[in-house]
Amino acid sequence: MKLNDEEIAMRAGEAGPLRQWAIAHQIKVGDYLGARDFVPVGQAHIMADTESLGAAGVEWLERWAMLPVEHRNVRIPTITDPRGTDFAHAAQLKQQPWMVDLERRAIAAFEALGVLMTDTCINYQTIMPPVRGEHMAYGDTGVVIYSNSVCGARSNFEGGPSALSAGLTGRTPRYGYHLDERRLATFLVELSWTPRELSDWGALGGVVGRLAGDYSQVPALVGIDRVPSADEMKHFGAALASFGSVALFHMIGVTPEAMRLEDVVPEGVSLKTHDIAEADIRALRARYAKDIGAVDVVVFSAPQLSLVEMRMLAALLDGRNATIPLLAVTSPQVKPDCDRMGLTGRIEAAGGTVLSGMCFYQSYAREIAEANGWSRLATNSAKLTNILGGYGYRPVLLSMEQCVAAACAGGTLT
Amino acid sequence: MSSKIFYADAGMGRKVKGQALVASDGFSARYDLDRIRGVFSRPEHKLAGESYRGRVLVLDAAKGGVATAWMLHEMASRGVMPAALVLNRANPIMVQGAALADFTMISGFDVDITKAIPNGAEVEIDPTAERPLIRVF
Repeated sequence: MKLNDEEIAMRAGEAGPLRQWAIAHQIKVGDYLGARDFVPVGQAHIMADTESLGAAGVEWLERWAMLPVEHRNVRIPTITDPRGTDFAHAAQLKQQPWMVDLERRAIAAFEALGVLMTDTCINYQTIMPPVRGEHMAYGDTGVVIYSNSVCGARSNFEGGPSALSAGLTGRTPRYGYHLDERRLATFLVELSWTPRELSDWGALGGVVGRLAGDYSQVPALVGIDRVPSADEMKHFGAALASFGSVALFHMIGVTPEAMRLEDVVPEGVSLKTHDIAEADIRALRARYAKDIGAVDVVVFSAPQLSLVEMRMLAALLDGRNATIPLLAVTSPQVKPDCDRMGLTGRIEAAGGTVLSGMCFYQSYAREIAEANGWSRLATNSAKLTNILGGYGYRPVLLSMEQCVAAACAGGTLT
Repeated sequence: MSSKIFYADAGMGRKVKGQALVASDGFSARYDLDRIRGVFSRPEHKLAGESYRGRVLVLDAAKGGVATAWMLHEMASRGVMPAALVLNRANPIMVQGAALADFTMISGFDVDITKAIPNGAEVEIDPTAERPLIRVF
């Protein structure tokens, strides 16, 4: 990679050992992925739950946190993805004290590095949405795909170490979705049916993700019959990224870089077209419903719920009683609004639990399943259904309304 | 001893030898693995139930979320770890994770590497060669 004087100085250790490690890490990654130089970034967003970090990762952070402040502080606004617990509910979830302790240590280390503990995967709805063309170093695949596709920002998937590096150096290697030529469509999806509710948008994301198959693919969707809401885009993008490792999509006539098909498909280029109908989306849902007559727990998470989703959930629960655990996970920015507006109270009066600043699958999902006797799980998040099989769950993808009905019927699915 | 060599577009880490564990399927540490037991745990994965400890994983594409960027480092700290990762197509997360963990990985071939390497074969990965390679013995 071509380095400027500042980058050469960082590599030589003139800005301290942490920035020296950070830029060396970025050069290693950039060299592998063919970056020719660095691009300045406006924000970094770090995924770093302690199930992923482990004790080794937390100790690694703590060593850097002991450096002098001028050597350890991030240089650009650096925010965080959900943590591995909501401290107020750790005992209820039957998380072990060592998990909570590890979380506290990780938070202390990040705070010492100057990181803003936003603990959210919906920062594009609640913190500071990126601007079209703005280069970012975002972690969380859902954040990246929404920011790239709906906002027109430019980010690759930046895992925790790389996002932290970007926060420390203020830049990231220029490869992938920082480049104009990588943002063109690579295949087309012709839709004959537009989803109507959130879990169907997620299921559509799953179907398209399975077609895509890898990080280099950029689907362009045609045939959407209306402009999706931010929450619909959120569920679609999160599932597409989860099932397909996809970081960018276009919806022709909707997303900002694809007002016309020719904006993302150059003249003379012929792309493979896949037709997707309602039956394809129903088929994906059916895969997860095999042999499950009842569930042990209902979870709304991944991504964290917006204020609008929390309002929908509260309305569905009014006057009813959840007789199995029902967990609704939102961000620390949305939660105080839910408290103030009475939404938390309405959900909890119906037997639900509102969790803040965590994400279900990032919170020791295997261990809390064993501790609570949870195996069969209902959710309206296609992303969550895709992840939890590996953690030993048997997930089923339902609408929010169906999930609430199951929770209020002792888990029985109708 | 006769051997066959396949060259990769990119590589990092050290030269390693091991027994290949091969499948035409993706790879994500979060989605696919029980990292405590060291086995593939996602029921739909073609290697479900197989131990990956010390094996050279030969798979199709990097999948899933960003957690693998930390998880390879965590797995290495406990020694419950594959020997190396060989992919048709990497994504940035695998590269970032391998860089942090000092883990051996190569990717990008002119053949489908999951078809070219027999499951169980003894292989050597050399990411330090002028052109990163996998050698099948």
